[in-house]
Amino acid sequence: MPSYILKRLLSAIPTIFVIISLAFFLIRAAPGGPFDTDRALPPEVEANLNAKYHLDDPLVVQYGRYLWDVLRGDLGPSFQYRDFTVNELIASGFPVSLRLGLSAVLLAMVIGGAAGIIAALRQNTATDYGVMSFAMLGISIPNFVVAPLLIMIFAVNLGWLPAGGWNDGAFKNTILPIVSLALLQVAFVARIARGAMIEVLRSNYIRTARAKGLPGWQIILKHGIKPAMLPVVSYLGPAAAAVITGSVVIEQIYGIPGLGRHFVQGALNRDYTLVMGVVIFYGFLIIAFNLLVDIIYAWLDPKVRYS
Amino acid sequence: MSLLEVKNLNIEFTTLDGVVNAVNNLNFAVDKGEALGIVGESGSGKSQTILSIMGLLASNGRATGEILFKGQDLLKTPEKEMNRIRGKQIAMIFQDPMTSLNPYLRISTQMTEVLRLHEGCSKAEARKRALEMLDLVKIPDAKNRLDRYPHEFSGGMRQRVVIAMALLCRPELIIADEPTTALDVTVQAQILRLLEDIRQEFNTGIIMITHDLGVVATICDQVLVMYSGAVMERGSLQDIFKRPLNPYTRGLLHSVPLPDQSRGEPLYSIPGNPPNMLQKIQGCAFNPRCEFSSERCFQSKPELIEAGPGHWKACYRESGELEAFERGKVS
Amino acid sequence: MSSIIQTDAAPTQIFPEDAEVLKGRSLWDDARNRLLNNKAAVTAMIVLGAIVLLVIFGPLLSPFSYDYPDWDNIYEPPSVGDAHYFGTDSIGRDLFVRTLYGGRVSLMVGVVATIVSLLIGVAYGATAGYLGGRVDNIMMRIVDVLYTVPFMFFVILLMVVFGRHLILIFVAIGAINWLDMARIVRGQTLSLKHREFIEAAEAGGVSTPNIIRRHIVPNLLGVVIVYITLTIPQVILIESFLSFLGLGVQEPLTSWGALVNEGAEDMETAPWSLIFPAVFLAATLFCFNFIGDGLRDALDPKDR
Repeated sequence: MPSYILKRLLSAIPTIFVIISLAFFLIRAAPGGPFDTDRALPPEVEANLNAKYHLDDPLVVQYGRYLWDVLRGDLGPSFQYRDFTVNELIASGFPVSLRLGLSAVLLAMVIGGAAGIIAALRQNTATDYGVMSFAMLGISIPNFVVAPLLIMIFAVNLGWLPAGGWNDGAFKNTILPIVSLALLQVAFVARIARGAMIEVLRSNYIRTARAKGLPGWQIILKHGIKPAMLPVVSYLGPAAAAVITGSVVIEQIYGIPGLGRHFVQGALNRDYTLVMGVVIFYGFLIIAFNLLVDIIYAWLDPKVRYS
Repeated sequence: MSLLEVKNLNIEFTTLDGVVNAVNNLNFAVDKGEALGIVGESGSGKSQTILSIMGLLASNGRATGEILFKGQDLLKTPEKEMNRIRGKQIAMIFQDPMTSLNPYLRISTQMTEVLRLHEGCSKAEARKRALEMLDLVKIPDAKNRLDRYPHEFSGGMRQRVVIAMALLCRPELIIADEPTTALDVTVQAQILRLLEDIRQEFNTGIIMITHDLGVVATICDQVLVMYSGAVMERGSLQDIFKRPLNPYTRGLLHSVPLPDQSRGEPLYSIPGNPPNMLQKIQGCAFNPRCEFSSERCFQSKPELIEAGPGHWKACYRESGELEAFERGKVS
Repeated sequence: MSSIIQTDAAPTQIFPEDAEVLKGRSLWDDARNRLLNNKAAVTAMIVLGAIVLLVIFGPLLSPFSYDYPDWDNIYEPPSVGDAHYFGTDSIGRDLFVRTLYGGRVSLMVGVVATIVSLLIGVAYGATAGYLGGRVDNIMMRIVDVLYTVPFMFFVILLMVVFGRHLILIFVAIGAINWLDMARIVRGQTLSLKHREFIEAAEAGGVSTPNIIRRHIVPNLLGVVIVYITLTIPQVILIESFLSFLGLGVQEPLTSWGALVNEGAEDMETAPWSLIFPAVFLAATLFCFNFIGDGLRDALDPKDR
């Protein structure tokens, strides 16, 4: 197991390298140079930026320096928010986004997993068709459509929940954003769990369990749930990436001061350093999450655990 | 009263292409301590027969007739009560030891759950008995292997575990579906010896499904030859091997390579393939592949008749005719 | 097949799923029958066809152009009388025409970007699978690495750096979507590679590119069709995501994502400006997904 983790850690290195390099060279490839904007920069800012990025040095030297900075965890100053570094902006927005994202993933696992398993157990019945149609709907309606519709129904028409704002993370304010973010993932998890459970139900070891005289519920709980949830666990990596992407629009729609919102504002304001920094941060986050998922998977699957 | 008596068993499946008859009008019985071999090519309906005994037919399958286990009709027994019979009184050994154990659970868990369920054993007691059973099936170092996962065992070892699991509650009837097909020859012999020992020791009835006549000869007293869902011939081991009365049985026996067979002589195989279940065949199901078929075989299906004491056959040809025909072919 | 004796048929299994194979219908006939029996997929095809026709010809039914501001009719609710079938937006532009124009952009991006990703993916995957060995190893390792890169953010970065050009959107989306295709095609190619007819072609001296083009690509058709139907909605989704954030197509041109964004801002005063584009977008994605699922089941029926 430790060697497995080490192997996975090492395999993340090229990805990290690709992400940093792509971000760096994309920004450098900007027409007219990265810090050329329509607005004239105050000279002291320009001097700062030049000092920071050593724009007069050869590109390779700049690249090496940036790589070194990033690996040390320094993403440099923000271009727009003059008083903040990118690190500070991430530190302020990330906890908010993390809470939204984790809640959404958790919700998706529990509800999607349960719905998928129930659908599989009731295969080709009205329950199954109902769950699968709902899942198809969830997959087909983008979250930036779901979110305004939810606001329209629950905030504007019914007035039950606030239409937006964060209010320091008050429970009421988090419901709609989390649901909007989770819906797509609930749908995906339900489909995956259903497919996996159907496969499991057809397996020889379930037949063995039936031949032992185990009652149905015990077969499902003891023999079925774990193998059926393994594909769901492997989906957690992509799910995390999707939730991070989703959080960008959801935070925008609900006006939540998370990292995604900083990112969009940065993108719209052409705050190169912020956008580049956040992209790299997201990259690291996704890699870390994938690693975590692989470890969880290995721990759940004895075939990986003991080899 | 027989331990298990199957009467007029019919099994059909509803598929997209219509109703398929998998088993037609099947009759047989197994006594305590007796081993019955059911022989046939894949598709002969042998596996569906035993799944229907266990009540494990696929959801689109339907069995009619009677399956009497100690006088109780299993086809009419509700699921809840079936669960008290399955695994306790009738145990099943499946074909593929690689997939019939749950790869995500320890062997100990998979074994003890049977005892805890059917006999209400405590955890410690169940572990003790599981361990004894692993010793009985000659798993070396069973103590240390009890808490391992299936993938840590070799194929032969896993089949032993599967057998040990089937034996835990001392079932009165063991149904084994090709228990040795997936194993190599030496392991195969060990497993068969093990089953034989168990039968001797506990007076267990055994139904052995196989397409391997060698396996039948090793362990069975009675043999049932199935083809295309129907019985071709039924009798004692001696009857079937020494005096086969159905051309299909003879074909199967001829297909077995013999040590004294001269080199270079091609191994006999029955021409053609078993019929597609969706096609209705007029008369005897085997007639398209039968060397002895006559006009009559195409017109009507031969009934199963008693040709000698306890020796049943479904064929119009007399045994003399078969032999004469065969001698003619050889000369 | 009229004879009862089958000498070359597969051994009979009585399991119902095998029963079908024995009839010897061709794979494509079988797939088409299964697809046409799938009511959800057929309905989806009809609805999608209607949407496509409407998007292409619908604007002809309206007297308005997509960028004409009808200042007298701001936030006009939907009505047939004054020909604003879907109402108007905050500067009086006709939403019926805008929704359909947006649909043109969304569908076009979906199709073009999918073709881009298909070309890259098939070329890459077929090459890797066919050449095999070290080359294959390195090529697939590259795909593995790229898989974990959060490309959505790089597309955004690209938009920020180079500005919002429609062509750039095609290329960017197409370029990030080819990884799946490359993997699928490589797997299929590997399994096809050792079949007799390929070996026969090789022995007959057919050149490598010709073998890939003439033998491997046609065999991949089934997988590719499923992939296309499932990728188009993904691409439409990415484009509308970008447009929603204001990083996609530029005014006065529009797409469903951009319209949903505007509609979301105006939903309290003009709910129709959200609902119409949202319904079109969701219905289109819904149809593509249903058709893709149906096709997959039809071509690979083992799940049923």
